[in-house]
Amino acid sequence: MATTLEQPGTLPALNNNEIARYSRHLILPEVGMEGQQKLKAAKVLCVGTGGLGSPLSYYLAAAGIGTLGLVDFDVVDESNLQRQIIHSTADVGRPKIDSAADKLKALNPYLNIVKHETMLTSENALDIIKDYDIVADGTDNFPTRYLVNDACVLSGNKPNSYASIFRFEGQASVFATEDGPCYRCLYPEPPPPGLVPSCAEGGVLGILPGLLGVIQATEVIKLILGKGDSLIGRLLLVDALGMRFRELKLRKNPDCPVCGKNPTVKKLIDYQQFCGITPEPKAEEVNGTPVQNGIPQMTPVQLKNRLDNNDNLFVLDVRERHEYQIANLGAKLIPLGDLPARVGELEKEREIVIHCRSGARSQRAAEFLAQNGFAKVWNLAGGILKWSDDIDPKLPKY
Amino acid sequence: MKIHIPSPLRVYSNKQDTVSVSATTVGEALSALTTKHPELKKHLYSDEGKLRSFVNVYLNDEDIRYLPEKDATRVGEQDALSIIPSIAGGCSPHGGLAVRSARRAGGTGRTGGCASRL
Repeated sequence: MATTLEQPGTLPALNNNEIARYSRHLILPEVGMEGQQKLKAAKVLCVGTGGLGSPLSYYLAAAGIGTLGLVDFDVVDESNLQRQIIHSTADVGRPKIDSAADKLKALNPYLNIVKHETMLTSENALDIIKDYDIVADGTDNFPTRYLVNDACVLSGNKPNSYASIFRFEGQASVFATEDGPCYRCLYPEPPPPGLVPSCAEGGVLGILPGLLGVIQATEVIKLILGKGDSLIGRLLLVDALGMRFRELKLRKNPDCPVCGKNPTVKKLIDYQQFCGITPEPKAEEVNGTPVQNGIPQMTPVQLKNRLDNNDNLFVLDVRERHEYQIANLGAKLIPLGDLPARVGELEKEREIVIHCRSGARSQRAAEFLAQNGFAKVWNLAGGILKWSDDIDPKLPKY
Repeated sequence: MKIHIPSPLRVYSNKQDTVSVSATTVGEALSALTTKHPELKKHLYSDEGKLRSFVNVYLNDEDIRYLPEKDATRVGEQDALSIIPSIAGGCSPHGGLAVRSARRAGGTGRTGGCASRL
């Protein structure tokens, strides 16, 4: 179904330079002068300038969107550059929002960019979203996805052009329109913390957010123009490895707590709590040793000293096989997911130091072993990354 | 019939992206799936035996929640079930190795915060 946004009474004019710039749009019957003016009148909020946000904001800028709001509080890291193509090597260390704004303005100087260098929260979301017609959600975590969805519905049903990715698969749809479903109609509840790995843990094919981000931008433009069949009520599934696109029907849930007939969620909630995330407990110290959730933390320097002393330590690596091939400390490898089944390979009486890439998975492994009768378990704080920093800089970091 | 297994759950289905089962209804097909791959059960079902609501099951292109007979809907060889979990591209806070059904009631998920890099 084609959906047009409400447009102001008069559309902004295009000057001769803009007409020359957008000529390939203007000669399309589906766009024409009026369509291009609608694009110029539109105000779109891009939440995130990362994997999805890069292609999304680039193509919206190219298309001639009048006002582009950007929300991001993060800083460019080298590992972003495998997929976040709006940033460059020279931007490493810069705020992403500045890096993105520079490139977008360079591409299209007619663009009005509004920077929101902040995390989107329940306190600020409604205030930020109110100035925009459409939101494009390019975030990377469940609490923010629910926040964006609810804020779009509560802001008078501002369309939410949605996409999400995992490894080499993606999903896309348009949520929160008045007659269409919202994100909660599809997923009333978030998955438990820890079930779905992050890009840092699970990896992501670099081109994947490129595919999905452009699909998001396409949907934004179609909504503004009121042309084509939007993804409202449709879930597009993309399998990049098989290069297959499937479509599933999405229905508006009449009992949806946010957009249903009798909504119970009428204001923004605590989304971290909703997703089952509790704040990290403060690090304690026991006899001078840092302890987290009952697990003593060892630094790489301490581990190196103890190994050099020939202490009877058993070092366990809980990363994946392909990570071991990138860099390893020669430890025994039992990937975290296999640990419950292979716990019999470990001796309960041994003093065990567990490591992973950065210390998160090994902390979970240590807690698991401690709950299963292993009395002397340590977590290597900072993981193999910290080992590379402090002990062996020749060890590659990834 | 075929059941499509999404990426986040393939670790529990011996890495297969499609599992073939024999069944006459949707419910039977899912039951056959969790019998073949018991690790999948706790990720698909709560302790009370209900399908978790962050997981959607589609019969061909229709969500089974909206089929008149839901999981009693009859299926044939040519039909396919798809399990569609929510994905966020994203951030994974700390959590236990097993799914916690008491997540909402003061669950024990821990996190470094979604914005933190692992």
